[in-house]
Amino acid sequence: MGFKKARKNNLEQNSSLWWMYVPAFLFVAFFIVYPFINGIRISFTDWNGFSQSSNFVGIDQYTRMLTDPDTWLVVRNTLLYGIGSTVFQNVLGLAYALLLNQSIKFKAITRTIVYLPVIISPLIMGYIWYFFFAYQGGALNDVLIWLGMEPINALGNPDMNIWIIVFVNTFQFVGIAMIIYLAGLQSVSKDFYEAAEIDGASSFQQFKNITFPLLMPSITINMVINIIGGLKLFDVIVSLTGGGPGNASQSMSTFMYDLYFSRQDAGYAATQGVLMMVIILILSLSALVYFRRKEVEA
Amino acid sequence: MNYTSKRKKTILSIFAIMIALLHFMPFYILITTALKAKGDFSSKWIFPTEINWVNFSEAWEKANLGNALMNTAIITFFAAILLIIVGSLAAYPLARRQTKLNKFMYMFFIAIMVVPPLAALVPLYQLVVSIGLMNTHEVAIFNNVASFLPLTIFLYAGFIRSTIPKSLEEAARIDGASTINIFFRIVFPLLKPVTASVLIIACVFIWNDYQFAIFFLQDKSVQTMTVALSGFFGENTNNLNLVASAALVAMTPMVILFLFLQKYFIKGLASGSVKG
Repeated sequence: MGFKKARKNNLEQNSSLWWMYVPAFLFVAFFIVYPFINGIRISFTDWNGFSQSSNFVGIDQYTRMLTDPDTWLVVRNTLLYGIGSTVFQNVLGLAYALLLNQSIKFKAITRTIVYLPVIISPLIMGYIWYFFFAYQGGALNDVLIWLGMEPINALGNPDMNIWIIVFVNTFQFVGIAMIIYLAGLQSVSKDFYEAAEIDGASSFQQFKNITFPLLMPSITINMVINIIGGLKLFDVIVSLTGGGPGNASQSMSTFMYDLYFSRQDAGYAATQGVLMMVIILILSLSALVYFRRKEVEA
Repeated sequence: MNYTSKRKKTILSIFAIMIALLHFMPFYILITTALKAKGDFSSKWIFPTEINWVNFSEAWEKANLGNALMNTAIITFFAAILLIIVGSLAAYPLARRQTKLNKFMYMFFIAIMVVPPLAALVPLYQLVVSIGLMNTHEVAIFNNVASFLPLTIFLYAGFIRSTIPKSLEEAARIDGASTINIFFRIVFPLLKPVTASVLIIACVFIWNDYQFAIFFLQDKSVQTMTVALSGFFGENTNNLNLVASAALVAMTPMVILFLFLQKYFIKGLASGSVKG
């Protein structure tokens, strides 16, 4: 009896309790891993998205993708969205954090208002800015007309609307960067600044030699988050420009959606999906490696 | 406090309030647009002299917002419950038992975090059609659960490893309690901080989800807020006032929740933003 019980306990101690993660594994395997592998198979076919049959076409879709000028336009846009938003969110987020870390008036309310868009749907955020930038009756053109200038069709102009999308995405998520930097700033010991003060260092020298190096972990985490977020951009583009005019402001996500649902080009859409996966993997892995190395140094 | 630093503080305070005003500006435009009648061509910067409340009831009805609100709430609620149960259950052995299989499993879940769900849009759509889940609440629930599970497991496992003392479970084990009992009666109640974060991540990201919803919930009866709104925008590009009212109504529940629970939102989303 006593032996049996001890044996049972021992078994439980040693078991991997694997059954506890079976439900989670099934969810992920069924809805992420299986589609992902199946997507690679579809990328070698000319499937139209609804018919029962499709032909194996080898690497045709891949050669088509690499020679399609739209591919490079869309990749360029996606990188602009990812990298552009990252730069602006970090510069602004850090500036806001430095300002709101001081004991000044209005800092609580400012923090709340800057953070607010984070919790609003990016689709709705896009519509809100649409009311600002719209050609007909937009708030921006109201100002231009009042100043005696010509109204502009900012969202219909491919040179401008890409930057408007970067701007709106930055506006929406700068609050997250700000909060991460604020947390980073609050963890820097005051002793460093007091010592620097005694040595007669200027505020700029203090920022360059104390604040900035000690914020390195916050900077890298913000970079990784923002790059991945920007590369996946979808909702804001749908509500601001719909990817237009033509394909001018498409990201990889909206382009894939368009290929599948509007152009019945599912095989090709799957090929674009593989490319998107590869680009995101390369960028996030290099960000991760960089991140790890910095951690070791610190 | 000397004179110069006092003056510096005033200047910085003015800066702060200017930033706040600048960031509030688009919401102000949204409100003035939402409150004006269709024929009111006055500048969007001017607050309406006559408030057109009827926009709200019209938008509510035409965009079918009541139904959309209900669908969004159902999907978010069940997805959050599933995430919490399935995620915490999975995290426990991964955090506690360092067998080879478990180490591999943990790496598997972490690696999945980098996979953008949209990259597999085509095969996912095909899968959903073939198992007959198109236009059901389940499809949105399951897809969101699958996409947020790795992050949930990561958060729970980290918390169990760093804060829950093993001695608690060992004491219970000596008393003869089963593993599942130990987990639900002793460990799970101690995981409240992570559960709160997971709940908030689910509330914000699943509530606001558009990418999954637009593919799988096209039927009017199962549409969520975002899908209803994008459809409504398409039908009413000539009546932006009505669209603005609908957008204002759609974002209000989350804004109210945020203003009351700001501290928890910021903490929860900071842990969730690892995924982005």
